[in-house]
Amino acid sequence: MTTLDLPRPSFSHRTSRWISRNLIRIYAGLAFIYLFIPVAYTFVFSFNNSGKSNLVWQGFTLDNWRNPCGAPQVCTAVVNSLQIGLISTVLATILGTMIAFAIGRHKFKGRSTTNLLIFLPMATPEVVLGASLLAMFLNLRINPGFWTIVIAHVMFCISFVVVTVKARIASLDPKLEQAAMDLYANERETFRYVTLPLVMPGIAGAALLAFSLSFDDFIITNFNSGIESTFPKFVYVSAARGIPAQANVIGSAMFFIALIIVIVGQAASRRRSRK
Amino acid sequence: MAFLHTAASSTTGPRSGLKSRSWTPYLLLAPGLIWLVTFFIFPILSLASTSTMVRPDGAQIGTYVQEFRLANYIDAFQANQEQYIRSFVYAGIATILALAIAYPLAYMIAFKSGKYRNILLVLVVAPFFTSFLLRTVAWTQILGDEGPIVQTLKLLPFVGDSMRLTSTPFAVVSGLTYNFLPFMTLPLYASLERIDPRTLEAAGDLYANGLTTFRKVTVPLSMPGVVAGTLLTFIPAAGDYVNAAILGSPSTKMIGNVIESRFFAVVDYPTAAALSFTLMATILILVTLYIRRSGTDELV
Repeated sequence: MTTLDLPRPSFSHRTSRWISRNLIRIYAGLAFIYLFIPVAYTFVFSFNNSGKSNLVWQGFTLDNWRNPCGAPQVCTAVVNSLQIGLISTVLATILGTMIAFAIGRHKFKGRSTTNLLIFLPMATPEVVLGASLLAMFLNLRINPGFWTIVIAHVMFCISFVVVTVKARIASLDPKLEQAAMDLYANERETFRYVTLPLVMPGIAGAALLAFSLSFDDFIITNFNSGIESTFPKFVYVSAARGIPAQANVIGSAMFFIALIIVIVGQAASRRRSRK
Repeated sequence: MAFLHTAASSTTGPRSGLKSRSWTPYLLLAPGLIWLVTFFIFPILSLASTSTMVRPDGAQIGTYVQEFRLANYIDAFQANQEQYIRSFVYAGIATILALAIAYPLAYMIAFKSGKYRNILLVLVVAPFFTSFLLRTVAWTQILGDEGPIVQTLKLLPFVGDSMRLTSTPFAVVSGLTYNFLPFMTLPLYASLERIDPRTLEAAGDLYANGLTTFRKVTVPLSMPGVVAGTLLTFIPAAGDYVNAAILGSPSTKMIGNVIESRFFAVVDYPTAAALSFTLMATILILVTLYIRRSGTDELV
């Protein structure tokens, strides 16, 4: 440091300089607080000794966490959501990954039509997607239920899977596949032992995204569920008279499970890239 | 759907040598695209068909026949003009607020976070691991009459006892802003992160001060993120009805609330369909104009 001979700035000058230099960090910190306030509320009220309506704090209890199925219908709704989420994720991930490989690795006619067909569901408001599917089911005299929810979820998840996996395929170094071919691997072996493992993190990320979109979807589900219940639908229906604390337990548990999955995934990919 | 016909005809071609590659992409595309055509394109056509139906005199509730009555659109729009305009106003304000919150946040993560970058990115998405509906319900408690914000504001001398935050436009717009914030932050981050820091240094070498560099270099280079983020926020916000239903009142109803109640409470499918179709058309037109204007055609 050659600035030692400069006069020391005054304290207030230094504070204001610290603030202006860190203004953006302070701002971001406030933004993070804003993001997490409702999460904290949900978590805190999962310990509320609330009885039926969970609107006002009435004292600490662990009962809700010991017995998350205590409120009627909560667990039926969660089990439904998990089943719908798993089936939709598997289907959407397979269909979407196939499309992503076709777009990322092949030449074909109708590419721009395909891209438009992938883009449009993402640019359509959910209420329109839900209403149009229901209009079709009604016109075909199909009663909405479990499988119409799955159909709807696969439909809107495919596009997100395609976009995620396509990005991963585009970021691959083509030299790795050329190297495999140079070492006399045929096309199938190259795909099986080089391309697919390299794209796998993208596919896993897409599957996680599809599952969380499906599990959390309310609007499209509400239109196409008939009398079938899902977790978001359960919360919406009971919101008017106050949701039971058990719903907060499930929401908080989902938060921590997802956080752990993401952190473990990040750590694993960092370890792999360091090797 | 030209490619589907091509797919069908090309499978009959020779199956060996180089040419075999030409039908692989169609086989890969077919299942997914058939799903999208059956459960996205057909439903949209079905919606268009429902929107011009009419209930015959004396028929049961929920029975409609096709009469190609285009006046349904005029009736539907005139009856719900207010909610229609309100949806776009609320969505517009929420998008601007989300941009104002997310841009500095994304900028900080892209340029000033150092080794904490990945952790901060996880933190941006993490709130969205709890259910969307639970978070909205949490806002009713935070903004509620017994909640901390109203109680604090009431201590101020000029705030009356009847002061409320829930059931106001403010509550609905803040709910919309909050719920779609990561859709704004992530694309902004992605485009800011791609900026080569050397371009910013170059601007400094050419005697641009911090503000000029930001205005003339950073902002233009981050435009694709701004466009993607505003679209990803505006589109779902304009069609949303959860925030208006949970945080609002009858006087803050949006077009989504009308579509829902026309479908389920009133069983008036043609009006609901006409409103959905108008909403989708308006959004597609706005999106196209906006993308043209901001000159980022390659986005789509």
